[in-house]
Amino acid sequence: MEFMLSEEQRMLQESLTRFLASACPLDRVRKVADAEESMAEDVHRGLAELGIPGILIPEDFGGVGMGFLEAALVSEALGGAVAPVPYTATSVMVPVALMAAGSDHQKQEWLTKIASGKTRVAVGVTEQLGRRESAGINASNGRLSGSAMFVLEGMEADVFLTADSTGALHMVAGDAEGLERTKLKTIDRTRSVIELSLDQTPAEVLPGSVSNREPLLCTIDAGRLMLAADTLGAAQTMLDQAVAYAKERRQFNRPIGSFQAVKHMCAEMAAELEPCRSLVWYAAHSVRSMPEEARLMICHAKAHLSEVGQFVARTSTEVHGGMGFTDLLGLHYWFKRIGFNRQVLGGPELIREEAARVQGLVS
Amino acid sequence: MDLAYSVEHEAYRDEVRSFLAKNKNKSPGLGFRDGTAANDWQQLLIEHGYAARTIPKEYGGAGLEADILKSHILAEEFAHAKVRPGHSGDNRIVPVLLELGTEEQKERFIRPTVRGEMSWCQGYSEPGSGSDLASLQTKAHVDGDDFVINGQKIWTSGAKTAHMMFCLVRTEPDAPKHQGISYLLIPMGTPGMEVRPLRQMTGDSQFNEVFFTDCRVPTTEIVGNRGEGWYVANATLKHERGGLGDPNQAAGRFNDILDLMKNETVDGRRLMDIPSYRDRAMALQARIFAMKFNGMRVLSHNIKNEEPGLSRWIVKLQGCELNHQTASLAIDVMGELGILYDGSPHIRDQGMWQHRYMMDLGLIIGGGTAQIQKNIIGERALGLPKEPKFDKPI
Repeated sequence: MEFMLSEEQRMLQESLTRFLASACPLDRVRKVADAEESMAEDVHRGLAELGIPGILIPEDFGGVGMGFLEAALVSEALGGAVAPVPYTATSVMVPVALMAAGSDHQKQEWLTKIASGKTRVAVGVTEQLGRRESAGINASNGRLSGSAMFVLEGMEADVFLTADSTGALHMVAGDAEGLERTKLKTIDRTRSVIELSLDQTPAEVLPGSVSNREPLLCTIDAGRLMLAADTLGAAQTMLDQAVAYAKERRQFNRPIGSFQAVKHMCAEMAAELEPCRSLVWYAAHSVRSMPEEARLMICHAKAHLSEVGQFVARTSTEVHGGMGFTDLLGLHYWFKRIGFNRQVLGGPELIREEAARVQGLVS
Repeated sequence: MDLAYSVEHEAYRDEVRSFLAKNKNKSPGLGFRDGTAANDWQQLLIEHGYAARTIPKEYGGAGLEADILKSHILAEEFAHAKVRPGHSGDNRIVPVLLELGTEEQKERFIRPTVRGEMSWCQGYSEPGSGSDLASLQTKAHVDGDDFVINGQKIWTSGAKTAHMMFCLVRTEPDAPKHQGISYLLIPMGTPGMEVRPLRQMTGDSQFNEVFFTDCRVPTTEIVGNRGEGWYVANATLKHERGGLGDPNQAAGRFNDILDLMKNETVDGRRLMDIPSYRDRAMALQARIFAMKFNGMRVLSHNIKNEEPGLSRWIVKLQGCELNHQTASLAIDVMGELGILYDGSPHIRDQGMWQHRYMMDLGLIIGGGTAQIQKNIIGERALGLPKEPKFDKPI
């Protein structure tokens, strides 16, 4: 019995944190955000050199073949640095979908390209969780029509993975006929989201997903787990910043962190956030080791991290006083990233309902 | 990350399970641990190494090597079987005596305590010294071969039934406050000692006030040297805090709520089918899982003899809070039934949830208040500066 990270996992964490600290400081994030670029190409390239796009992809397909816990540690580090790079969709959700439902040929073709980091695949499946307006995609005769409204990592994508109204998964080339992307502006400028419109667009179905929703559900599980881990990392950075600020900022001739009002805010953040780390680890570990528990644990991780993330985001901002509200410190990048993660792929209420269903509690 | 148990530990679990299956009927109820039946059960457990595991044989224990995982398996299996677990005597005083007691004290006190024949109460808090415990005022001066004690203690759980009290008193009035305290062992019922029960909000009276008027105990009944009592006591507080906020307890109680919500109805609908109740239950379940896994993390560090850091400092604060929230949810989903108490008609679970709701608030306050816990987390785990101190003179 050993519920802790291995030496290798700690090394992965350290090397990523070190890389992101030098390649992706806040100034770099600001440049992407201010220019309304979809991503930091140089950071993405550096991550590709570390093998990150192929983190889950088996070595046979050019990946590094690690597990979901490692993938979650990567997500945590990216959230901690508010890194403006594609990851959740292209490096995690899409490989999961391909491995669950792709043909041998599809796996060979796409997994190899994704692992190299050169091909990026966006994911548009939110209609399967809750359709807004009249969005939705219909398939007929190998062609797709309709729209997916919140397509993750869509601006920089070469290929799209989307689900039709039956839950079957399709790969669509970014330059296919009848495909149009409309950029959506969200609070979080470190992520790119588009609306995807398709009109009789040729697509390639993942055969294992026809009349079988399980691949879609596994893909969503994987995405939720990564968003939970991203919030863990972002919230930890916000807590660290609040603690550092409370030690340094002085009022009434004392560091404000010596006042219990401020100290207790920091302690409450730490007390709420620390167990979240264990929840994310357990959920990630369960995907392959205890698959019968995985969906429930991922639901709880996503919903609970959304709540704790929101609490930390506002509390850390408050500890910083007026400075927390400004662009000078840039704390809002983390605040918004946490806000984004909360809404995407199911907010806490929707996911808690799913947690109850997974346990057979809903009649 | 490896959640499997070793072959040795799996075998141990099997052994405990078959012991429980065979001997379950000999176990007395889960209530207070007094009476001959309870002591016989404890003795049986010690003989099998399921109680007082690490207490040396010469003092009545099982004399086994410490194995955190085996202790954990024991706790899990006894809880699962709903059988009264064994104990190590009293986890506040026995470790202190083992570490700092004289040979004579070990001989005299540990065996009966471990066997369940001698119980203890803790004389620490005073009316004027709660969170600021080291400011305590109960005094003892030496007269001949005795300490003569005068003063008052409060929140003394079990003082009416205990045989002995371990007690902090000020013996060196001129020393700085932490260095003027001694740790004494006082037989209950010593002349000059008066116990007055304090009625609690639950209606029970587990707490007491204890008054000392020229109460005499021999000067040999001290643990450690004069003036070292604060440091002796800190060893015991550490043991007590470790026990509060046990995440497995919260998980067990949560399962009781799931049963309640599946079986109880309102307007003929199962409580579980009311979405707002269900949502609260799921939010709470996530928190309970998070603390359970946090507990596994602390356990893993302890096994490796590594400092668990923040994950350990939050256990009392978060665990007690979770227990309280669990009781609160149970009461709320029961609606008006939730207020029934004290053997009322229509009462559910003997009013257990209201009782727990109040008791758990008591535990949020006791053993270091939630606010003191937040100071500890802020200062020791996060490194925030302490507040300037304005100590009153003793």
